[in-house]
Amino acid sequence: MSLLAIGIALAKAVIVFVCLLLCVAYSTWLERKVLGHMQVRCGPLRVGWYGLLQPIADGIKLFFKEDIVVSGANKFLYILSPMIVMIAACASIAVVPFGDYIDVFGQKIYLRVADVDIGVLYIFALSSLSVYGITLAGWSSNSKYALLGGLRASAQMISYELATGLSIIGVLMHAGSLRPTDIVAGQDIWYIVKQPIGFLIFVICAFAECNRSPFDLPEAENELVPGFHVEYSSMKFALFFMAEYAHMIVVSALAATLFLGGWRGPVLPGIVWFMLKVFAMMFFFIWIRATYPRFRYDQLMKFGWKVLFPVALLNIVVTGIGMVIWG
Amino acid sequence: MVGTTQYLVLGAVLFCIGVAGVFIRRNAIVVFMCIELMLSAVSLTFIALSRSQGSIDGQIFVFFIMTVAAAEAAVGLAIILSLYRRRQTINVDEFDLLKW
Amino acid sequence: MEQQLFWLWGGIAVISAVMMILKRNPVHSALCLVVVFVSLALLYVLLGAEFLAAVQVIVYAGAIMVLFLFVIMLLNLETEVRSQGLSRVAFKACSLAGTGLLLLLLLGGGAVKALRAMAPEQVSGVPGNTQAVAELLFTKYLLPFEVTSILLLAAIVGALVLAGKRD
Repeated sequence: MSLLAIGIALAKAVIVFVCLLLCVAYSTWLERKVLGHMQVRCGPLRVGWYGLLQPIADGIKLFFKEDIVVSGANKFLYILSPMIVMIAACASIAVVPFGDYIDVFGQKIYLRVADVDIGVLYIFALSSLSVYGITLAGWSSNSKYALLGGLRASAQMISYELATGLSIIGVLMHAGSLRPTDIVAGQDIWYIVKQPIGFLIFVICAFAECNRSPFDLPEAENELVPGFHVEYSSMKFALFFMAEYAHMIVVSALAATLFLGGWRGPVLPGIVWFMLKVFAMMFFFIWIRATYPRFRYDQLMKFGWKVLFPVALLNIVVTGIGMVIWG
Repeated sequence: MVGTTQYLVLGAVLFCIGVAGVFIRRNAIVVFMCIELMLSAVSLTFIALSRSQGSIDGQIFVFFIMTVAAAEAAVGLAIILSLYRRRQTINVDEFDLLKW
Repeated sequence: MEQQLFWLWGGIAVISAVMMILKRNPVHSALCLVVVFVSLALLYVLLGAEFLAAVQVIVYAGAIMVLFLFVIMLLNLETEVRSQGLSRVAFKACSLAGTGLLLLLLLGGGAVKALRAMAPEQVSGVPGNTQAVAELLFTKYLLPFEVTSILLLAAIVGALVLAGKRD
């Protein structure tokens, strides 16, 4: 590996990370704005033009708040858990391809941080590690509400991870590869057309995996205060908050890559198409939040195990039969 | 290039730590975790040998080990849960009904 | 490079394994075991078995250990009380494990020699990728693969019968 290649790889990693953080900051703005308009309000307006500086103001406010470590908390795990959540959310973006390649001074630069053979599995592995951050945050806070939130989160996330994994197997069968670039290359017709049920299950599970409403039971405000991060303040809380949005962006990017044709599209350059698709998914996330009330916990578990899981299995069988019949 | 022997030694060391854990600890769940560690150590040995033999069969065995470990975890934890319901403890020294 | 990575991850694995059996709080033990599993997965990558590395993290760290943590939290276990004669027991256990290790190393050494005699060490020949694993799994090992599904089914039923509520 030459020095130039290492430099390019590093630059790509840094640029993608910074862009992700920017997107995270502005998706909080987007969420407040969209929610506001859906509820016939205006959303943030005061700080900057149409409230565009609001995320920065929020960041500064959180940064200067007092950083509290609860007495009786398990200090090491208490500090470690927001880091785990954030790292797991940010590292997943590394294998998502967001464009084909660009020429810079005659150097072909592929628009992805890493092209891994097992890219899809890598994302799943990281998302399964992020469960620890949430569970341990709940446990180490030494508070009953946080503990209940953490327990709910761990049960919810491992239950829905199964259905998520099964829902994308149809796509993997069509693509014949776990490499995200191969999956994008296989989509002359978007896989959402061939796998509508798979897409539906994937999206529903994505809501549950991100702890978004209507599945935001780990942080159900009116039962658990805010659940697993009730004892966190200042930047540690901000890390959880940012991780939630980073996770949403990663899941949206994954949905775009697996089901919506990735960066491919006519006329516009690939990266613009990719951003558009991710934005559409994010908007969908927020739209659902404004529309549906929260599930009850037993409903959530029943829905996951008795509806999504068998339907996902059935989807795989039907896909297999279809592939045998129509080649 | 790391030789196969090094991986085998590492696997053996991890396995023996697991064995020592089973002897030292009295908490049923931790004992169970030590057994998982031993399984994993064996998996490492399988993969190292599969590379040195130039065949993938060893990796398939690791796949099966993982399946067995998952099944074992589900059943084992269920047993521990029902033991806890009966006796309010999971200290393995307390479960001595079959001893005389 | 590979040598250093081996020592780094092997070292982390051994240290956290030792920590696991020494920590008295079961949650800490479980976390140490997660670290062991993740570093083992990284070692698998070094050995060219990327697929199994990912599966190792997903299955062991992501599912099995979360289940352990869940049960530990559910039972709200206190930290283990050290019994009286523990140091004696620990001494016995350590000497036993040490002897076992020596024995294992000797046997292993013999086995490696035998294997070397059988086949020359051809190291880079294995494409430890998903396709190769899948091909072998669905042809040569199809029957065992199907049998594992029965095993898993039996495990599910067993777990439900053992842990489910009795009305």
